[in-house]
Amino acid sequence: MNGLLQVSSSPHARGKVTTGNIMGMVLLALTPAACMGIWNFGIRALLIIAITMVSSVLTEYLYEKAMHRTITISDGSAMVTGLLIAMNLPVNVPLWMPVIGAVFAILVVKQLFGGLGQNIMNPALAARCFLLISFPAHMTDFSVSERAASHIVDTVSGATPLAAMKAGEQVNLLSMFLGNTRGTIGETSALALLIGGIFLVCVHVIDLRIPATYIVTELLFALIFGGHGFDLAYLGGHLLGGGLMLGAWFMATDYVTRPITKKGQYLYAVILGLLTGVFRIMGKSAEGVSYAIIFTNLLVPLIERVTVPTAFGKGGKKKA
Amino acid sequence: MKKDTPVERLYNGIIKENPTFVMMLGMCPTLAVTTSAMNGIGMGLATTIILIASNVMISLLRKIIPDGVRMPAYIVVVASFVTIVEFLLEGYVPSLYSALGIYIPLIVVNCIILGRAEAYAGKNKVIPSLFDGLGMGIGFTIGLTCIGMVRELIGAGTLFDMKVMPSAYEPLTIFIMAPGAFLVLAMLVALQNRVRRGKAKKEGKMVPNCEEIGCASCTNHACGAKAAKGEGTR
Repeated sequence: MNGLLQVSSSPHARGKVTTGNIMGMVLLALTPAACMGIWNFGIRALLIIAITMVSSVLTEYLYEKAMHRTITISDGSAMVTGLLIAMNLPVNVPLWMPVIGAVFAILVVKQLFGGLGQNIMNPALAARCFLLISFPAHMTDFSVSERAASHIVDTVSGATPLAAMKAGEQVNLLSMFLGNTRGTIGETSALALLIGGIFLVCVHVIDLRIPATYIVTELLFALIFGGHGFDLAYLGGHLLGGGLMLGAWFMATDYVTRPITKKGQYLYAVILGLLTGVFRIMGKSAEGVSYAIIFTNLLVPLIERVTVPTAFGKGGKKKA
Repeated sequence: MKKDTPVERLYNGIIKENPTFVMMLGMCPTLAVTTSAMNGIGMGLATTIILIASNVMISLLRKIIPDGVRMPAYIVVVASFVTIVEFLLEGYVPSLYSALGIYIPLIVVNCIILGRAEAYAGKNKVIPSLFDGLGMGIGFTIGLTCIGMVRELIGAGTLFDMKVMPSAYEPLTIFIMAPGAFLVLAMLVALQNRVRRGKAKKEGKMVPNCEEIGCASCTNHACGAKAAKGEGTR
């Protein structure tokens, strides 16, 4: 009888899932790709990952301390942002650049809008674009050390696979799948990213809706407008090259900046795929995933507005 | 402070109703041409000259212009002065002319100038109108120069084209591009809101000069009085 007398406001039942353990899962899922990046590009990659993660967490701590807010570094979201920024940087960037990226992501994109859950775009990608616009030379310098060069399958021009493909060269799909190609620290190995993505799907942190729709749309766009017809090597390059895998599994699915309605998520992923295709095929640069994602992030409130689901018992055809 | 004296008008334009930081007027030139401190000053001064001239002219004509066609009349007055300034700039400072480009003719539709004509010069005597234009113009120039200085310093490492940052400094190019304009403007407005709020708290009133400036030109969207009137708060 005792239980019946308790009075409290809703919610009455809470899930066991917390922000902390979701972020933990994401970190775990990113580990294979991060390890692959470190193996691929050497110890400097580890250094960059460490710098971004530490400076992200530190920025969040200092800002919240200064503003007398609750300190939220223990929920792990700053660590995830930091790791994602590092995975979006080439290994040769000067060591102060990850710090600027982390400060911009956490301070400007996340905290000034009100902290976790309030940011209008993915902080890690906003930081990547911020750095890419500010330091184009550093951000597109994909040269590698001699040790790394020994096992990286080289294309003729020494560019990333996507850039090589855009220049009309052949790419090695197997090496793109395994990850021993040039690129940013975390994007090269499609295999490692796929392992992480499938892990996240299995533990129900994300579902297939956004990644699958996004990838399929991008490939369809490349098939129709790429100018190569049904060429498996070309489509494979689009699938495995650049940041598509990283973006589709880990960044487009960010809880804060994706739509919450199911229909909206499909629409969001289709827009992502189309924009990525447009940027990659018709744009000047070879890559377009990060711009596509942050741009579509801004459309999310509109997408949600037009895809509000009908409440149970409302709408539908009335019987005559 | 007594109303409509020259000093009061200057204070009003530079501090109390600063067009850039308080009234948020003229955002198009504010965001577009402030890529360097020099461009900011140039744009600000050109606008100031036009503002003073059009304020004086409109104040002189205020009893002649019929109420129904006052907007077209104001536009004609402003456009004439803009054309004069445009030719002068093209003739004497061609570098500034080419840097400001399309934004010089666009001064015609600058809402500060039309706003002052409508809100002040159309109803007031010539001398206060002149100082109103001067104050607003200086306020606008200060705003643009501040934004331009910050953007130039971070985005190019220079200040008035002089190198001030050490050579090891790698400029954050994004600040002299469009996104940088929004970032810098937002930060500067936040900064001056903070200063104002601190001052208001000290003086014991939350919103500075609330009764004096009225709700129309107030930028505090969270103000209760505004919500009660059904405006503001989105």
